[in-house]
Amino acid sequence: MIDVSTVSEVGNLGVATTINRAAYLTNLLSLRSPLTDDLRWLQEVRDRATARVQELALPSTRDEEWRFTDLSSLLATEFKAVSGEPSTISQAAIAPYLLPEAANRLVFVDGIFLPELSVAADLPANAFIGNLTAAYREAALRDRLLNQLGKQPGAEETFTTLNTASMTDAAVLYIPSNHVVEAPIHLLFLSTTGQASAITHPRCLVIVESSSSLTLVEDYIALDASVYFTNAVTEVWVEANAQVNHTRIQRDSQTAFHIGKTAVSQARDSHYTCNAISLGAALSRHNLEVYQTGEQTHTVLNGLTMIADQQVADTHSLISYTQPYGTSNQVHKCIVDDRAHAIFNGKIFVPKAAQLTDARQLSKNLLVSPKARVDTKPQLEITADNVKCAHGATVSQLESDEVFYLQSRGIDENSARKLLVYAFAYDVISQIPIVSLRDTLAANVRVPHRKHGSIA
Amino acid sequence: MICEGSEVILSVRDLTADVDGTQILKGLNLEVKAGEIHAIMGPNGSGKSTFSKILAGHPDYTVTGGEITYLGQNLLEIEAEDRARSGVFLAFQYPIEIPGVSNTDFLRIAYNSKRKHEGLEELDAFDFDELLQSKLNVVKMNPAFLNRSVNEGFSGGEKKRNEILQMALLEPKLAILDETDSGLDIDALKVVAGGVNELRTSENAVVLITHYQRLLNYIVPDYVHVMESGRIVTTGGKDLALELEARGYDWIREEEAEAIAR
Ligand SMILES: Nc1ncnc2c1ncn2[C@@H]1O[C@H](COP(=O)(O)OP(=O)(O)OP(=O)(O)O)[C@@H](O)[C@H]1O
Ligand SMILES: [Mg+2]
Repeated sequence: MIDVSTVSEVGNLGVATTINRAAYLTNLLSLRSPLTDDLRWLQEVRDRATARVQELALPSTRDEEWRFTDLSSLLATEFKAVSGEPSTISQAAIAPYLLPEAANRLVFVDGIFLPELSVAADLPANAFIGNLTAAYREAALRDRLLNQLGKQPGAEETFTTLNTASMTDAAVLYIPSNHVVEAPIHLLFLSTTGQASAITHPRCLVIVESSSSLTLVEDYIALDASVYFTNAVTEVWVEANAQVNHTRIQRDSQTAFHIGKTAVSQARDSHYTCNAISLGAALSRHNLEVYQTGEQTHTVLNGLTMIADQQVADTHSLISYTQPYGTSNQVHKCIVDDRAHAIFNGKIFVPKAAQLTDARQLSKNLLVSPKARVDTKPQLEITADNVKCAHGATVSQLESDEVFYLQSRGIDENSARKLLVYAFAYDVISQIPIVSLRDTLAANVRVPHRKHGSIA
Repeated sequence: MICEGSEVILSVRDLTADVDGTQILKGLNLEVKAGEIHAIMGPNGSGKSTFSKILAGHPDYTVTGGEITYLGQNLLEIEAEDRARSGVFLAFQYPIEIPGVSNTDFLRIAYNSKRKHEGLEELDAFDFDELLQSKLNVVKMNPAFLNRSVNEGFSGGEKKRNEILQMALLEPKLAILDETDSGLDIDALKVVAGGVNELRTSENAVVLITHYQRLLNYIVPDYVHVMESGRIVTTGGKDLALELEARGYDWIREEEAEAIAR
């Protein structure tokens, strides 16, 4: 679509930007790595997505879905292909990020799987944790890969398509029926300076068969890297009566770009919980989409965005009901400091067939500085008539009465502010089922250092 | 108890103060010495809470005139947190809730800020716990409240007990209790009053703001002051409270008007 402005002075500019936006994605395709011989079977999937990417343009703020999130800074940044040898990373370098509770982990560095840092032990028989190449070697998994990789609804969205077209590997988790995997599984995606200005396309495929349960941590980490672009896609299949607890931490560098998709399909009687924490990146977007495909599914979405400086963090969520007796409970919190800007858009679709649905959504926002900004929009589309749906949004500031209460007990103003911000974040952080991660996040709650008011 | 020659803890002279440009305090005078208990009564909106928050250092109030001396120092020059650390304690009329901060953590941070201020070593979680358990008895509080978030979901009476627990822990030199008795049932009132009595010594002082003389049956004041339109207009002994309860405040206004007429 070419959109020419009628105002003559800016007319040229308008065309130039439109053309750039179209060429931009094609240009990104030229940066992808070729498939290894083991993954020849994936070529067709990549080719189809490639053809589609060539028809797409980088979204602009004229697109309703990107109204508040301007990708111009992404457009203005030049990225490079991941090239040469993967960065050498020692066990010691990743030690601070490891979770003692997690028995199994997969480590990807600048998009490349590092088996020497990964651990897959203590797994139930026939379960699989590994990269895509290894997964395809498992005869029992082949059909699953062919039928489920890239097959979630919404896969045609621009950045998801770009990821599919650029995919060179993936983290694959497969838990067969009737297995409870107790220890959490940790997926680490690290970015290093070894690959400056790299664009990577992390990909995860998670399949949890009926009546099994899994706890998963998906973790995006900057290891001394600065400017880079992470375009991640995770697909989660929660089969009948299965339970998945999924924690997603985005702690990319403050100058990075992060666009992430989490697409989840839930079969009947299944439970899915997502704890999504966004801390890093100059510009980030998380598209969280849950498709309930069977009756009596249960979805819990806990979100926390903590940003400062000039960061922009956008969360767009979708819960799509199709069947009766489903429930969902969503709480999204944003703590915004300095001139940062948080965006939340929460869609919930309840069509006529989804009777007796119980959907709750709450967006709570704390602005810690006068220049901080938040745009929050619940978007409930309900055509079923016998449902319970509740939503609410609040925007608040640190109340001087609360700060004063703490000061009147001898706690200095900065500590008081920190304690109150922590308290705001706490009910999301406390949902994370991994103590060490909870503690790390709690310690990371930013202190808004500011002096305000005067003594009486 | 009134003792000749005991230390002056608080001296307030001709205090005037504004909030959002409205004058609330209009020349308030008060002197509190070690060992004394003062009650301040007075109609709604007369400025009692305003006065107490100014003593504690609330940033919303602007002192426009007069002076406040605390232990010989100009109180107005001290930051709110340092006032607390040097022994000023306000039990709030409406204690706020802080979801997400456990009561124990809150109490420990508060207690350790004071210790640090006094040049003492901070107590670790273990030692602090022991101290806290002993203080729980003062207010007969269920230890389960310690693990809950500060005041979150506490009933009115539980919040007030929690205020007294904080007081027991911080052992203030000057405690100002703003309507700590309001809305308490008789058992809770006895507990709170018992706590205050247990904590008072000849070295510290208590200012009780209350509407009900019932509290003063349990905590016997040395002075009862009546506040009216931002000033203390009458001061008497504990019998004044009985008279106020029986006759209301109007007769004070009338007497004052007569005094002015004369
Ligand atoms: N922010 C404000 N702006 C204007 N007026 C205020 C503000 N805060 C308090 N006031 C006014 O100051 C006056 C004194 O209030 P204060 O709370 O000190 O009264 P009080 O004596 O404690 O009353 P009560 O017995 O009801 O607790 C009241 O008239 C109140 O409306
Ligand atoms: Mg009051």
